Amino acid sequence: MNRVDEKIVRATQAGLPLVPEPYRAIAEAIGVSEKTVRSRMREMLADGRIRRIGAVPNHYALGYTVNAMSVWDVPDEAADALGAAVGALPFVTHCYLRPRLPPDWPYNLFAMVHGRTRLEVEHKLVEIRGVLGARLRAQDVLFSARILKKTGLRL
Amino acid sequence: MDELDRAIVNRLQGGFPLCERPFAAAALDLGLEEKVLLERLEKLLQDGTLTRFGPMYDAERLGGALTLCAMSVPAADFERVAALVNAHPEVAHNYERMHRLNMWFVLATESPSEIERVIRTIEAQTATPVLEFPRLEAYFVELRLTA
Repeated sequence: MNRVDEKIVRATQAGLPLVPEPYRAIAEAIGVSEKTVRSRMREMLADGRIRRIGAVPNHYALGYTVNAMSVWDVPDEAADALGAAVGALPFVTHCYLRPRLPPDWPYNLFAMVHGRTRLEVEHKLVEIRGVLGARLRAQDVLFSARILKKTGLRL
Repeated sequence: MDELDRAIVNRLQGGFPLCERPFAAAALDLGLEEKVLLERLEKLLQDGTLTRFGPMYDAERLGGALTLCAMSVPAADFERVAALVNAHPEVAHNYERMHRLNMWFVLATESPSEIERVIRTIEAQTATPVLEFPRLEAYFVELRLTA
């Protein structure tokens, strides 16, 4: 990553200025042209360094107070296909393959589910179970009790 | 939060334009004036409905390292350990979860070697083993919530 990209990341990671020409405001702050800011950000969006640009809602403020980390043990050879199927469910916000740590931790597929009530989340977990079907070997769910810390990405 | 706020939250979670007047362009899509959209966003940020408005960066693609860690902390010691863990700036977020493994946190560092260093430090400070669950694969990571 070049110096300009790094400056742009640092200047925008907490958010865009709420002014009619936000990219110009950033450009002036870091000493490059407005066009440069937009073209570098366009490139970062294209190569995935920027996932998306827009509003980042607060789960709690929108009523999504139930946060479940559901964990599943599926055969390695089926993990990619099943992970993609679970990740495609509209209510799964993150889905990752992670290592098992036997004997205590047999699970390799992690799917985050958010909901407004515990019952709503439990219905969603039933749907995930349906997607995994006969390949499912073991499962668990870890509901959040409390947020101990939450900060955005900081470079 | 009224209907207009809801529409803004639901439709502006991605795709914010990279043009000279992006708020004007986004406002046009929502049938609003630029000034109204800016005022609404200001209010949604102030009242905590939005945590941020802007680009969402992928820490790993920026060259950093990210991992998920878990600890099993005795209830009597929980607050002390939470404070020790949270004091590390590399701890991006930390959740208490209802499980034997009751503390789950994400480490974000500028390089992979720092992950190891922070984990060893936390283990030494808390005298508790840290389990590490690095991500091996990501499937469709898309955080969109309906207001």
